[in-house]
Amino acid sequence: MTTETNQAPLVKMSGVNKHFGQFQALSDINIDIPTGQVCIVVGPSGSGKSTLCRTINRLETIDNDGGYIEIDGKRLPEEGKALAALRADVGMVFQSFNLFAHKSVLENVTLGPIKVRKVPKKQAEQEAMEYLDRVGVGEQARKLPAHLSGGQQQRVAIARALAMKPKVLLFDEPTSALDPEMVQEVLDVMVDLAAGGMTMVVVTHEMGFARKAGDRLLFMSEGAVVEDTTPQEFFTNPQTARAQDFLSKILTE
Amino acid sequence: MEDILFLFEQYPIFEGFWTNIKLAFWSSISAFTLGVILALFRISPVRSLSWLSAAFINLVRNIPLTVLVVMAVLVFWGQLQISLHSDFNTNFFLLATIALSMYHAPFFAEAIRSGVNTVPLGQAEAARAIGLGFFSAARLIIIPQALRGAITPIGNTLIALIKNTTVAAAGSVLEASGVMRTMIEFNPNLMVAIFLIIAIGFSLIVIPVGLITTWLSEKLAVTR
Repeated sequence: MTTETNQAPLVKMSGVNKHFGQFQALSDINIDIPTGQVCIVVGPSGSGKSTLCRTINRLETIDNDGGYIEIDGKRLPEEGKALAALRADVGMVFQSFNLFAHKSVLENVTLGPIKVRKVPKKQAEQEAMEYLDRVGVGEQARKLPAHLSGGQQQRVAIARALAMKPKVLLFDEPTSALDPEMVQEVLDVMVDLAAGGMTMVVVTHEMGFARKAGDRLLFMSEGAVVEDTTPQEFFTNPQTARAQDFLSKILTE
Repeated sequence: MEDILFLFEQYPIFEGFWTNIKLAFWSSISAFTLGVILALFRISPVRSLSWLSAAFINLVRNIPLTVLVVMAVLVFWGQLQISLHSDFNTNFFLLATIALSMYHAPFFAEAIRSGVNTVPLGQAEAARAIGLGFFSAARLIIIPQALRGAITPIGNTLIALIKNTTVAAAGSVLEASGVMRTMIEFNPNLMVAIFLIIAIGFSLIVIPVGLITTWLSEKLAVTR
């Protein structure tokens, strides 16, 4: 990592708006995420946190009104090869895992490196096995995703994202679809990644994880970033009424 | 019994069926290929491609096959003098193959599109998220799963295609149903036997396709 990339924000969102028809899902988002930061995004449902996450690799488009998103100094392209190339650098982990259902666990992880990065198959498989071992599912490499538990599937999804050697990893509610007993195994992997210096944007309801691994916390409400602070500060000393209201609700749960 | 043997000796029944099988073989390959392309265009984000595909599907699907076959022979060969082969019979065979391919491609395309609808949106999103473009994502992720989900309707289209090869008779291709007509014309006393021969012949060809379809659709089903 050169000093230059450390200085410029890895992810920059400037004046980003997003409408779904009349509904404004994102309103004037301005955030800079430096390399190595673990940025937690929380907020009530419908607050736009998933949308924010998905705009960063343009799975959601943004309003064409002057707002923009940059990854590592490069403006997100609108379409085509340039966009695909940029997405390859931005890993994404979905709530519903989205492992390729007709491919084995190993093929899920090697597909991107082989087809997008043009890594030779042997090398891709070797690296994939390292990632799968790292997230603790190496033994499942030959199975189909449907034969794995939710927690295992999500860890494979993390390995698949890691195999692309992304600059930043996006997590869109990665544990929300999991049975409670499987949440921790996924969070453990994410804590390890955070400790290893991976730049992460994590939309989550796991407040324990936010506290433990988060460097920064964005609280969103009605499409806007209402608080931009540290997890400690947010939990102990929320500034806005909306944040206090949100915290009172999740703490009584 | 002797009468039936007489029919087999006197008329090219096996050659007729063999022609149907050849027509079905080549037409299904080209119709399926065209169908995949049409389906890809149909689901592509490029509006003009999607529109083009929809227009072709809706136009061709609604023309009766007999009209297409006769058109291929009378218009292409008769009017426009387009000859695909110097040999008379081969030329008609090729024209019929083209008509059959054109006619069935939209049915394959729609079958595949119904398969695409069985693939969750998340699969496409995951494919895009690792940096695959539209066509790579379609080729590697969407279409393979769509085909597995569409084996039954694809099989149905294939069965229809096999039986529809009899329409090639309208384009002067000598095939089983044409042989049947000739046989009945000259041996009306054996009509029932002749019908049975042709019906059983087609059943023997088509039943395995149905069995294979069922077997494949179970074996290749995508577990989610």
